[in-house]
Amino acid sequence: MSFFAISRATLAKDIRLEWRSKDAINAMLFFALLVVVIFSFAFDPTAEESRRIAGGLIWVAFLFAAVVALNQTWARELRNQVLDAYRVSPAPANPLFLAKALGNFLFVSVLEALMTPLFIAFYKLRALGPAWELVPIAFLGTWALVVNGTFFAAISLRTRSREIMLPLLLFPFSIPALLGMVNATTAVLTGEESARFWIALLLAYDVVFTTACLLFFELVLEAE
Amino acid sequence: MKRGFPILAVVTAFLLSFALYEALIVAPTEQTMGNVQRIFYYHVPSAWTAFLLFAINFVASILYLIKRSAKTDILALISAEVGVVFCTVVLVTGPIWARPVWGIWWTWDPRLTLTFALWLIYVAYLLLRRVSNSSQTAVLAAILAILGGLDVPLNYMAIRWWVGQHPSPVIGGGGSLDPRMAHVLLINWAAFLCLAWLLCWTRYELEVAQRQVEEAQALQSLLEGSR
Repeated sequence: MSFFAISRATLAKDIRLEWRSKDAINAMLFFALLVVVIFSFAFDPTAEESRRIAGGLIWVAFLFAAVVALNQTWARELRNQVLDAYRVSPAPANPLFLAKALGNFLFVSVLEALMTPLFIAFYKLRALGPAWELVPIAFLGTWALVVNGTFFAAISLRTRSREIMLPLLLFPFSIPALLGMVNATTAVLTGEESARFWIALLLAYDVVFTTACLLFFELVLEAE
Repeated sequence: MKRGFPILAVVTAFLLSFALYEALIVAPTEQTMGNVQRIFYYHVPSAWTAFLLFAINFVASILYLIKRSAKTDILALISAEVGVVFCTVVLVTGPIWARPVWGIWWTWDPRLTLTFALWLIYVAYLLLRRVSNSSQTAVLAAILAILGGLDVPLNYMAIRWWVGQHPSPVIGGGGSLDPRMAHVLLINWAAFLCLAWLLCWTRYELEVAQRQVEEAQALQSLLEGSR
């Protein structure tokens, strides 16, 4: 099977599984909703100040919710020894990783598409800067979260307390990406400065970590 | 332990006491900050030592993935451990100095924030080594260390730009250092490097011994099981 075929088969399987069970998306959606509600109680959402913190709140909500989906990525495959089967098969490791990362990207994107209107309504948001820039920011930011998240989820699979380990590994390594997405979003919402630098930084982060993850994923898959 | 070890221990003890004397008595008192400034002779050498150890961790991790020798893995582990200790010293002495001088315990200055971010990454690294139940912990840890190294330049750019947008207290980075102070600083750095070397050496021998014990125990339980 070619690289593309393996990726497509894995991705199609994950989407079908998710479509039928809706485990990850339901948990993520409800979790993100709870985070938004709690933030609304913790910070006055009607204040003019909320425009400044909304970029941070929205990404923190997505980050926490994404961890829910990311934790399920590999745990699902462990149950029936799917990963062992994959390891003994002659298929290369990278298409599997790419398919998993793309699947997570899709799930988190759906979450973002559903949650963003809610955020806009709750916080009465209106972009004062160029709003179209939010599209590349969301794209690059989400990819930064899921590519590292998928990779670190595979690493934390090999630890005693899997579900706790993922955020503990993911968050420290995501600081530059998090600074990038939060500040870019805030820059667009307030319209006070350009988001260009942050978009470039996110792009650099994505390129560096996607390359590194693809380079090392085979080692992680083999490390039982 | 090898013969060099006691010599290094004596040299370290001598250098540390001499450096303490130099820092507290010989070094001139700073004009505006007063005696509080003397913490600088501990703070800065600790930071340089920690960064050096993190760099060693990065190189040792790459070497481990290439050569797969236990030595490079142990070197990566201990350099991260001792590096985190020195980094903690930096993060503790910083606020102690900042409180009387700036009037605040903490500020999101680029250097502080970057040091803190580094500390978080290496604590995560050590945590992974501790909770891993993989037979290939060393490989996973080496990968994580390399990703951590890649994270540093991105972190540096992000934090610089982030701080650039937010006003922060003016930090006396522009002024030149009195040559006598620079002299004391270098003596302290030499002492701290010796201390780091000593700690790493001790930790190295300990780790080697521990792995031998674990191996022997595993072998023994294997033999008992087959009986």
